[in-house]
Amino acid sequence: MSVIKVILIIILTPLAGGLLVGFDRVISARMQGRQGPPILQPFYDVLKLISKETIEVNRFHRFYVYLSLMFIILTAVVMFSGGDILLAIFILSLGAMFFTLGGYASWSPYSVVGAERELLQMMAYEPMMFIVAAGLYYVSNSFFVSDIISQSKPAIVYLPVVFVGFIYILPFKLRKSPFDLSVSEEANQEVVQGISTEYSGRALAVIEVTHWYETMIALGFVFVFFAADNKISHLIAVLMCLVVYMFEIILDNSTVRVKWQKALSSAWIVSGILGIVNLTVLSFFNF
Amino acid sequence: MELIVLLILFPLLISVLVFFIKNEKIRNAIMRCGAVVTAVLTLVTAVLYFKDGIMISFGRSEVIDVCMLIVEIGLAAYIILTGFKEKKYLLSLFSFVQIVMIVWFELSEKREIEVQNYIVLDKLSGIMMLIVGIIGSLICIYAVGYMKSYHIHHKEVKERKSFFFAVVFVFLSAMFGLVLSNNLLWIYFCWEITTFCSYLLIGYTQTDEAKHNALLALVINVGGGLSFAAAIVILGTKLHTLELSVLTSMEPGFYVLVCVFLLCIAALTKSAQFPFSSWLLGAMVAPTPSSALLHSATMVKAGVYLIIRLSPLLGVTVAGRVMTLIGAVTFLGCSLLAITPHDAKKVLAYSTIANLGLIVMCASVGTQESLWAAILLLIFHAVSKSLMFLTVGSIENVIGSRNIEDMNVLMQVSKGLSISLIIGICGMFLAPFGMLISKWVAMKSFIDSKNILIVVILAYGSAATMFYWGKWLGKLNCNRKPKGYEKQMELRNDEKAPIFFLAVIVLLSCLGYPLASKYAIVPFLVSKFGTPPVIPIGTGDQTLMVLMIFMVSMLILVPMGHVPTGLFPKRRETPIYMAGENSGDDQHFIGSFGIERKSDLSNWYMEEVLNVKKITFWCNTASAVLICAGIILLIGRWGM
Repeated sequence: MSVIKVILIIILTPLAGGLLVGFDRVISARMQGRQGPPILQPFYDVLKLISKETIEVNRFHRFYVYLSLMFIILTAVVMFSGGDILLAIFILSLGAMFFTLGGYASWSPYSVVGAERELLQMMAYEPMMFIVAAGLYYVSNSFFVSDIISQSKPAIVYLPVVFVGFIYILPFKLRKSPFDLSVSEEANQEVVQGISTEYSGRALAVIEVTHWYETMIALGFVFVFFAADNKISHLIAVLMCLVVYMFEIILDNSTVRVKWQKALSSAWIVSGILGIVNLTVLSFFNF
Repeated sequence: MELIVLLILFPLLISVLVFFIKNEKIRNAIMRCGAVVTAVLTLVTAVLYFKDGIMISFGRSEVIDVCMLIVEIGLAAYIILTGFKEKKYLLSLFSFVQIVMIVWFELSEKREIEVQNYIVLDKLSGIMMLIVGIIGSLICIYAVGYMKSYHIHHKEVKERKSFFFAVVFVFLSAMFGLVLSNNLLWIYFCWEITTFCSYLLIGYTQTDEAKHNALLALVINVGGGLSFAAAIVILGTKLHTLELSVLTSMEPGFYVLVCVFLLCIAALTKSAQFPFSSWLLGAMVAPTPSSALLHSATMVKAGVYLIIRLSPLLGVTVAGRVMTLIGAVTFLGCSLLAITPHDAKKVLAYSTIANLGLIVMCASVGTQESLWAAILLLIFHAVSKSLMFLTVGSIENVIGSRNIEDMNVLMQVSKGLSISLIIGICGMFLAPFGMLISKWVAMKSFIDSKNILIVVILAYGSAATMFYWGKWLGKLNCNRKPKGYEKQMELRNDEKAPIFFLAVIVLLSCLGYPLASKYAIVPFLVSKFGTPPVIPIGTGDQTLMVLMIFMVSMLILVPMGHVPTGLFPKRRETPIYMAGENSGDDQHFIGSFGIERKSDLSNWYMEEVLNVKKITFWCNTASAVLICAGIILLIGRWGM
């Protein structure tokens, strides 16, 4: 039973993620007054990439993207099977770390710059991820997703401010403007695409699939905030995920990339203030 | 019982031998044998006594006490004279006051105090003993090879190897005494010996900088010793005991809290927490084996060991709150500062202070889970950090630099060294390894203790930690071809063996931590608290074990990728992308005037954003204010 569940998670997550990305491309195109690709375009892209010849700059740097994908899949399994949210965050950052190491391994100027920026981004969003986990633990007394989403009231009731902070750092995870310093999703931000500069063919397809998983994991956090033990709240949570994603698309199309100093300091200040305020108020009312 | 006495005295014997034997071959042989025998003795002691523990009481200890007193007076006289000679009058003052206190105490009050257990080997001191014994002896073997290469590189330094080795063994002996004693006077004696040894080791090269830094370390640690001595005197005169185990089982009354506070200050100086951290950074001028010995595995751990011992009296008391916040300030401050230096040893130093801060935080929160995390952190940090120190030392010998920027060729120069360094770094912060598991538990226990501030600080400190290790890891993984580059020196076998063993220990520890938890840490906590701790990652959690094994096997795949096994089909390789201006070798490009230019990539050090002076200043101020607040609160309590 659990094996089937794991297999389903592994298969369905990227399908949903790919659809979301396709949806994103259509919406973005309409906002820019274009027709846009068909909604299944991300899948066509990946299929085409897989069939292409893989060209590489050295023998090693391909492994890191596969490793990164493995760990991101592991995160998805832990998260969507109701596992420990803190463990999920740790494995997620391990996956992201391998992705950056892939950038370093090529020792190519563009990808190293991308890798350094990716590290910076990780440093910028990581505190908020921990604060989210801490806040969820506070209201449900458990790190397990299955326990958190079976409380009588959804976590958002107690953690509205932490949720705002989480939305603030979400563009880092979704690789969207204004915080898409390392690898941008679209070509409108950069011509040479950061870490993925030196990847081609199958390895590039892997990066794309990894991104689908990451998108779903990021939205999974949004889901956890809204879900409670009645089924209607789960529906609301899914709707909220879509609303948040829609908001990120609009944000992506209406902002430009910020400088790294601003990305780092604003993320740290926002997560520090919002996190401390929310958690202190919570502990004051003694939950 | 004889075995434990032997364990403490054996390194002293070796020390005398290596000091007097000038023939290098014989001396090296003695060093190696001595180290191996020390490790074996440690293991035998652990096998015999670890399970049930042992307490030893000496009927008559006057002879030992008088010997210790004589040595202490001698040391004090030397330190006072050095203070006058170097115009460090503060040092002389510290040393003078404490020796007067101790002598007065020994001759008057102490006679009425009866000490039951002089030596206590329980699970915690057993763990410490294993760390000191095994890592310490590996470092001793390493020192044999390293010092040889060191003197070939550094012709300007006068060769005093036998002195160096002798001090290292004295130090080991003192560390054994420190962790095994229960009598606070004995602990104090060993404490002072380690302080003095560290002074001698840091000043080994006798350059102006080394002398200055050695004196700085001495001033700060003797200051800590003063605080320790004051605690002993108050404890003896007001509470009529000298036993650590008796102290920790007392009710937190006023005098008990004062003693605990003073002992914690001493621990903070030893563990180089803010505002006493400057000595550890300065101590990096010393040859690497002593850095590894002093700053990773043993001496700095003495401070946190004491805090873990005192943890029943910390928690929500004044001393506990102050310690937690100082630990938090240190953890965050040093994690940020570790981003800035280019010098590998300095990064290691900052990260050591930061991790000790984390251990201080965990230990002083004082709940069962946080203590579990503290002890586990202590073990993992000792293992990984000593591996990294030794590796960086050898890297300096091999590539002639310890600048992180120069390590981009390392993978091509010495695979072994770079893989062990990668293992060490992963051990410090990546997922399946122990540091992260302890952080996980620490997080949980901090939230349970309702201390929001330290939860948030832990989150920020961890993020910064990830950044500085990540960029170093990236540098090591970059596979730059070493062009026009000459290897400075081959690695010696005496260096290879300890590094290899430590790397294996780090790898094993990430699978073996449930065993350490089950057989050592949990029984220790049960004996202190009565109930077993609720660890989120229990030993019985099979899903998690499967995950762990999966992750470890994934991590083994990374180095596999570097082995040309022929398993992977050869693919088309192209030069890297340089906007179409490559000149053919991946390291040069055609510049705007058609001139060939070298492409140089450097890591991110953020010196403008993270101003070292400012951060250090504010962290020092904050923790000094915290200590003052602690003193005021204690006085306020007395007034009530």
